[in-house]
Amino acid sequence: MPQSRSERIAGVFIYIILSFITLLVLYPLYFVLIASISAPETVMRGDVWIWPRELSFVGYERLFANSELMRGFLNTLLYTTTGTALNVMMTIAAAYPLSRADFNGRGIFTAIIVFTMFFSGGMIPNYLLVKELGMLDTIWAMIIPSAVSVWNIIIMRTFFQNSIPKEMQEAAFIDGASNMRVLWRIVLPLSGPILAVMVLFYAVGHWNSYFSALIYLSDRSNYPLQLFLREILVQGQMQEMVDISDDSLARSLMDAEAIKYAAVIVTNLPMLLLYPFLQKYFVKGVMIGAIKG
Amino acid sequence: MMQVRKNWQLYVLFAPVLIYFIVFHYVPMYGVQIAFKDFMANKGIMGSPWAGFKHFERFFDSFYFWRIIKNTMGIGLYELAVGFPIPIILALMINEARSGRFRRFVQTVTYAPHFLSTVVVVGMIMMFLSPVSGLVNFIITSFGGEPIAFMTEPSWFKSIYVWSGVWQGMGWSSIIYLAALAGIDPQLHEAAKVDGAGWLRRIWHINLPGIAPTMTILLILNIGSVLGVGFEKIFLMQNPLNMEASDVIATNVYRSGILGAQYSFSAAVGLFNSIVNFIMLITVNRIARKVSENSLW
Repeated sequence: MPQSRSERIAGVFIYIILSFITLLVLYPLYFVLIASISAPETVMRGDVWIWPRELSFVGYERLFANSELMRGFLNTLLYTTTGTALNVMMTIAAAYPLSRADFNGRGIFTAIIVFTMFFSGGMIPNYLLVKELGMLDTIWAMIIPSAVSVWNIIIMRTFFQNSIPKEMQEAAFIDGASNMRVLWRIVLPLSGPILAVMVLFYAVGHWNSYFSALIYLSDRSNYPLQLFLREILVQGQMQEMVDISDDSLARSLMDAEAIKYAAVIVTNLPMLLLYPFLQKYFVKGVMIGAIKG
Repeated sequence: MMQVRKNWQLYVLFAPVLIYFIVFHYVPMYGVQIAFKDFMANKGIMGSPWAGFKHFERFFDSFYFWRIIKNTMGIGLYELAVGFPIPIILALMINEARSGRFRRFVQTVTYAPHFLSTVVVVGMIMMFLSPVSGLVNFIITSFGGEPIAFMTEPSWFKSIYVWSGVWQGMGWSSIIYLAALAGIDPQLHEAAKVDGAGWLRRIWHINLPGIAPTMTILLILNIGSVLGVGFEKIFLMQNPLNMEASDVIATNVYRSGILGAQYSFSAAVGLFNSIVNFIMLITVNRIARKVSENSLW
């Protein structure tokens, strides 16, 4: 189909705008990367723009010398794995019955669950409940209050309804299979892609969350990585605003900047490296959710 | 009844889920009654004496009330005005780009920031906007301007919050529109071309109506959460100097409740927020159902 002149011009325009947007998104990430491996004083002077200057890994050295951070990393790993395992089990346990037309009461159960998306008791009653249950400062506070997400239940239920052939399940029932057996032997083996999506959604959520740790944990030895990151990245900034003229302090301020850049890279590198390969799963999750929001 | 017996395993499977929702969502809703009580730790939620609307009155009369409402509404509406249309425009543009490779590259890059944690994003904002060593101020000074202390200047707070949110979320939010656009019958476009419809006309008359249902649903959800502006990011961006523009309902609840242990008062503030949100959601949903036949329920 031949294109008109205006259409070609519009096409070029779109390419230019999209390229600009892409650059705008990419450059800050790229800058953090090159800043993290440049000498801190070159970054502070504003000499680093396109390439790293005077290669230096002082930020990384300082970062890895910090034993608390390692502790935080291990805690996060623990919260992420156990939390995700619980999340996925609960999501299946919620979504499979709700996907079945012959599950009596599914209308009411769905309403009970969906209502919580739109109304909540708020931060304080939740906090008091967790406190009452004796979960403060334990791993339970990190994983149980967020045991399942309503949105993910809906995505999963939609998948079960639309992508698992009903005939296969019915045939198995006629052969005398129980509900659990059908779920285990027929439904779940056909749900590989959506399970991957769920694992990814939940795992990223746990990895990145700091809010429940902020309100439920006070013992530093339980802190997840994000809380230590908050100290480095966000609270470190406050000291910088203080006027300092001492020389050695200036030095440590520069190192502090280098540590910040390194911290961003270290905590996100695994994700950013894996992400292009996982992208299609994430996107699939959003798309399934979009079918019936 | 027979079906229930036949499917007993499904009920067993579902039981933990139901228990979870009751304990961790409905019990707190019940516990919100402390907003109408004078909570005393030794007497518990049930045993504490009733206080009527005392805490609500204190909140409405407090010096901070209008500041918090103004900030919460301001940030929420700003976010809606900017954060809602931009992903749509982005999706429409990506959809028009012919080269599949280019499209995929744009998508991969713009989705990526979604996976950064709030802590990291706020950390990056602070690094880039630092008056001493930040990239943005280097650019300003290289054009002869004066460095700006963005993070401590209240007038900048809302813009920084909203636009960094656009940076992080526009790609991810566009996915849902791209999915809707992919569902539009290409024959419609062919037919329109034959009829001589130009590029803009086709977007206006085919693509936009095609994604209108998605837009409506997301608009309802967005408006329903105008007052629910995220605690996580604002809290991290907050400092004593920008408080005037950054103090919102959620951060206020955190300060007076979790830190200050004024449980009843902050539960009242939180409840006020939940109720206003809920009313807004229902209202917008009702309007949408009348006007466009698309609604959440």
